[in-house]
Amino acid sequence: MNAYAILAQLLELATALVMAPILVGWVNQCRAWMQNRSAPPLLQTYYTLNKLFHKEVLLAHNASSLFHSAPYIIFSCMALAAAIVPTLSTDLIFSPAADAIALVGLFALARVFIALAGMDVGTAFGTLGARREMLIGFLAEPALLMVFFTASLISQSTSLSTIVETLAHKEIAIYPSLAFAGVAFTMVSLAENARVPVDNPTTHLELTMIHEAMILEYSGRHLALIEWAAALKLFAYSCLGIALFFPFGIPEASDPLSLTLAAIILVVKLAIGGFLLALIETLSAKMRIFRAPEFLGTAFLLAVLAMLVHLLLRA
Amino acid sequence: MTLAYLTSSAFASQLINLCAAILLLLGFAMLAQRRVLSLINLFMMQGLVLCTSTLIVAITTHQPHLYWSAGLTFLLKVLALPYILHRLIRRLSVKWDIETLLNIPTTMLIGIFLVIIAFNVAQPISLLSGTITRATIGIALACVLLSFLMMITRSKAVPQVIAFLAMENALFFAATSATYGMPMVVELGIALDVLVGMVILAVFFFQIREQFDSLDIRHMEKVHEE
Repeated sequence: MNAYAILAQLLELATALVMAPILVGWVNQCRAWMQNRSAPPLLQTYYTLNKLFHKEVLLAHNASSLFHSAPYIIFSCMALAAAIVPTLSTDLIFSPAADAIALVGLFALARVFIALAGMDVGTAFGTLGARREMLIGFLAEPALLMVFFTASLISQSTSLSTIVETLAHKEIAIYPSLAFAGVAFTMVSLAENARVPVDNPTTHLELTMIHEAMILEYSGRHLALIEWAAALKLFAYSCLGIALFFPFGIPEASDPLSLTLAAIILVVKLAIGGFLLALIETLSAKMRIFRAPEFLGTAFLLAVLAMLVHLLLRA
Repeated sequence: MTLAYLTSSAFASQLINLCAAILLLLGFAMLAQRRVLSLINLFMMQGLVLCTSTLIVAITTHQPHLYWSAGLTFLLKVLALPYILHRLIRRLSVKWDIETLLNIPTTMLIGIFLVIIAFNVAQPISLLSGTITRATIGIALACVLLSFLMMITRSKAVPQVIAFLAMENALFFAATSATYGMPMVVELGIALDVLVGMVILAVFFFQIREQFDSLDIRHMEKVHEE
């Protein structure tokens, strides 16, 4: 525990807040290029956020206090989640306090509040979206936990910092179980971030939307906070993927030089990750909502297989 | 990472473990696959992984006959059989969805149980073996059981045959991982058997379809001697 650890933690939080909208912009840009459309600017998400923050908040007559407070809770959950994931350094002040399971809990807390807020006003779409979100959530959560457990079995700890240190700084070894877990994690993050095979983030088509249906009633700064939180969630999941499966280049120390180097590596990795996400989204078609349980069931199965394979091959 | 490490047996056994894991993954992918065309492509990938792992074992253990068997695997399972199957489904025009007897998630869950059983059964066997690949016996056994499951749950003839071929792949992998492969004569014999079996089954497909206007083998249960 030193001043640098606090600095690294603050820097990481700031990086997450600043980079998350850019990451979303980058994914949208890549997607537009691949689909032969003219791309929106990289900072488009910032312009949207800025516009929304300056707009007036319109509320339904029967909106309760839960509806007002939900955006703030969701935003703080996601900001905290993004701060827990080690991106710039593994020497963080949060790392002894919050491990991978706490992270899943944070995501679950945000999900409960967004679903409740969706149901609060009582419109049909909000309820529909909330129910679908909970369906996806209850299937995705165990799979995500299993992915974490696989990484924990390898490193003998559920603390994310220890996992990253074990995977990144030990002698190079190939973990087949991590390959399974990686595929499972990709499927879970597509579902959790409302991406194409499960949900389409750009459409407002009644029958298919999940995430957008829940936030239809929000406007102004509330909507801005929720949009920003969604960007933060995508950022947190991308960083988790990097931390678990491509941790090379995340330093253990947190002196200014290694932090700078880590930041450059992070940007490069995120750019590649965002490009791959856009590629997946372009290549796959959105599936029917009733296929989603099968999709997430497969993710769960792969994650369980990862654990089994690890137990078998360890000998 | 030095060159010495890259050629050491520790690194090779890790690569073989990776191949085994990919084989298992492909086994599950085949179990979950609904389309015949993708099934054949998965079968081809399985052959390729098998060929790679045999090659790695051959290089690390300096067993000359394993080079031959890797080459044979490549010719037969990556080139010849998928080609025959592709031609077959084009001539039979059966690229559409496969009917499964159980729904896919249930099949996958049963598959997980099979994997657990296979891993437990293989644990004592692998202790007896002294090869660098002994940890993969469990995975090879699991792949065999998964192919069995696929043969049971599919009602059409073509997927059943692909499952049969996948089982042969898994058995071959088990042989390589347990004992560095069977003698050359046995391997050549099996390879020829698979090829001839494939040709005979292809003739059968046409006969079945001519007789029943469908490739659903449930029709065959109703056949009586006149």
